[in-house]
Amino acid sequence: MKYLTEFRDPALTKTLIQKIEKKAIQEVIIMEVCGTHTMSIFKSGLRGLLPPQVRLISGPGCPVCVTPQSYIDTAIQLTERQDVILTAFGDMLRVPGTEGSLMAQKSKGRDVRMVYSPMDAVQLALDNPHKEVVFLAVGFETTAPAIALSVDQAKKADIHNYSILQSIKTMPNTMEALVVEEDIQIHGFLCPGHVSAVIGVKPYRFLSEKYGLPAVIAGFESLDILMGIYHILDMMDKKDYKVVNEYTRLVSEEGNLKALEMITKIFEVTASVWRGLGSIEGTGLKLKQEYENYDTVKKLGIQMASEQPVKGCICGEILKGKACPLDCRLFSTACTPENPVGACMVSEEGTCAAYYKYGEFRD
Amino acid sequence: MELITLAHGSGGKSSHQLIEGLFYKYFRNDILEQRNDASVLPEILGRIAVSTDSFVIHPVFFPGGDIGKLSVYGTVNDLAMSGAKPLYITAAFIIEEGFPLKDLEKIVASMSEAAKAAEVKIIAGDTKVVEAGSADQIYINTTGIGILPKDMNIGGQNAKGGDKILVSGTLGDHGTAIMALRKGFEFVTDLESDCGLLSGMIQEILQAGADIKVLRDPTRGGLAATLNEISQQSKVGMLLEEGAIPVKQAVRSLCEILGLDPLYIANEGKLLVIAAEEDAERVLAVMKNHPLGKDAAMIGTVMDSPKGQVYLKTEIGGTRILHMPAGELLPRIC
Repeated sequence: MKYLTEFRDPALTKTLIQKIEKKAIQEVIIMEVCGTHTMSIFKSGLRGLLPPQVRLISGPGCPVCVTPQSYIDTAIQLTERQDVILTAFGDMLRVPGTEGSLMAQKSKGRDVRMVYSPMDAVQLALDNPHKEVVFLAVGFETTAPAIALSVDQAKKADIHNYSILQSIKTMPNTMEALVVEEDIQIHGFLCPGHVSAVIGVKPYRFLSEKYGLPAVIAGFESLDILMGIYHILDMMDKKDYKVVNEYTRLVSEEGNLKALEMITKIFEVTASVWRGLGSIEGTGLKLKQEYENYDTVKKLGIQMASEQPVKGCICGEILKGKACPLDCRLFSTACTPENPVGACMVSEEGTCAAYYKYGEFRD
Repeated sequence: MELITLAHGSGGKSSHQLIEGLFYKYFRNDILEQRNDASVLPEILGRIAVSTDSFVIHPVFFPGGDIGKLSVYGTVNDLAMSGAKPLYITAAFIIEEGFPLKDLEKIVASMSEAAKAAEVKIIAGDTKVVEAGSADQIYINTTGIGILPKDMNIGGQNAKGGDKILVSGTLGDHGTAIMALRKGFEFVTDLESDCGLLSGMIQEILQAGADIKVLRDPTRGGLAATLNEISQQSKVGMLLEEGAIPVKQAVRSLCEILGLDPLYIANEGKLLVIAAEEDAERVLAVMKNHPLGKDAAMIGTVMDSPKGQVYLKTEIGGTRILHMPAGELLPRIC
């Protein structure tokens, strides 16, 4: 199957949009939680094709964007140590801290390396026995299994110079935090496809059962997203609220059991600090006690930097879907992808970056 | 294995051996034979086009080419984009101590071959060797000059509403092929760099007598950067049809995996042409007829407004802005 063409079929797209137009009788606000959805929606120009009653708002599902500034500041401080090699996923390098970024540190000659997998960082630790290799452990249930695996493997191989700076987050409880916040209006959710491939369908059930909200687990191609929107409208029309798994080619009811097993072996649930949202109970993962030796903070005896709010930046409001990038006075003036002020402008998946990069066609 | 040492760049005996044994051996021509501090060229009648470029590619040998071939074609192509006939180039090397002599010979031989294909003479050169760690293997700078026909006026400022935008083949091949080789990836692809000589195709296009407004080779920053530059220079807008833009399946897949966009990825042997609407079909036919242009396509139209903006009509019918790329391309987390 050619995933890149079949799920972007122009004729089917047209048919689905017509069906959506018929169903969209009143204003509907749908949050796409995942950053990859946001990007895909902009990249395909989908927003412009939807009827104006269907409003898509972007949620806090970009791992880079939700990483607090204090975390980056701590990482930057770590790069000043001669005994540390700092490793991170590519788009973490550009995230602004209070002063500078990891990219800027790299330019100054500090040992910052981009890796594609935490396992590469473990290999680096093997190759550099006299250095402490720190991996910036960010992301959601998507990156958590690979990070867990890296810790597991490091322990099995008796590698003692590898540790992770923790800021892993989890999705369902975060979505619940958004639902219960009074001034956020969401009529339905497009659930994150990659996260769902790991956790399955069950963890979202509370959305329909407890809050009467329709939710669809959707893939990332245009047709996936349109199908998701159509299902949400259809459920609202029939007042029959469920969690529908539309991404069955990747997401099973139970999720990826092996990955889940690896997560629970290494991590336990904790509170987590979100940029702009503050600390939310039950939305993070931390190393279990028996793996504490792999926790950079404990191992090196360092303190996490304190969180300094960024003046004028409304990333927090944007992550909650309460404001749109165009509402921010820094957007595209003081804050651009070359010189991001807030994290939503940094990652390709960030709402502000998507607005900036792909813009909207104005005749 | 013989290695380049600091002595090779010192101006002494070793330098002399390197120049005689390698550079003269491969680059020999009547002008270089003058052996003076400056080469003196015969009189050139007409306007002269000049271009310079430095090449710092890693790895230096890659599928479809090497830094030597790239450094000649790169500058020759840039000259050709003005409509000039390339005549001469210079070559300056900065080499990291410890670089294998055998590899340098391969690079120099490749430059010599490329210069022959491009019908240019290498007329001046320089070699410096720096300490290990001060440079990454080898850097090459080439500067070229060419002669322009009398009434030739091709440039980024000439695009007008209604003009058509054409490309000579699939986009993103070079950058993707190089990226697939980088440390940390284990992609097995048959992708090759498109590193190629465009002056031949350009001469054929110009001989067809079409009204050519702009010629460019979309190297760094890819098609998106090049079109944004032109739209700003010419103060016009552009609308591209995503479905018409040729991209290899392997490039598309690799970009999809890495979260990159082929329209922002470097090409090293692709020609972008903006031609008057009435001549566009004819130009396309000439391009398709050339060995390097079999995948040539008409991909969009120049609009009078909005000025300085490039839009892309997506395959599903949506429209988005194709921005100037910002910063380094970084893979996304997930």
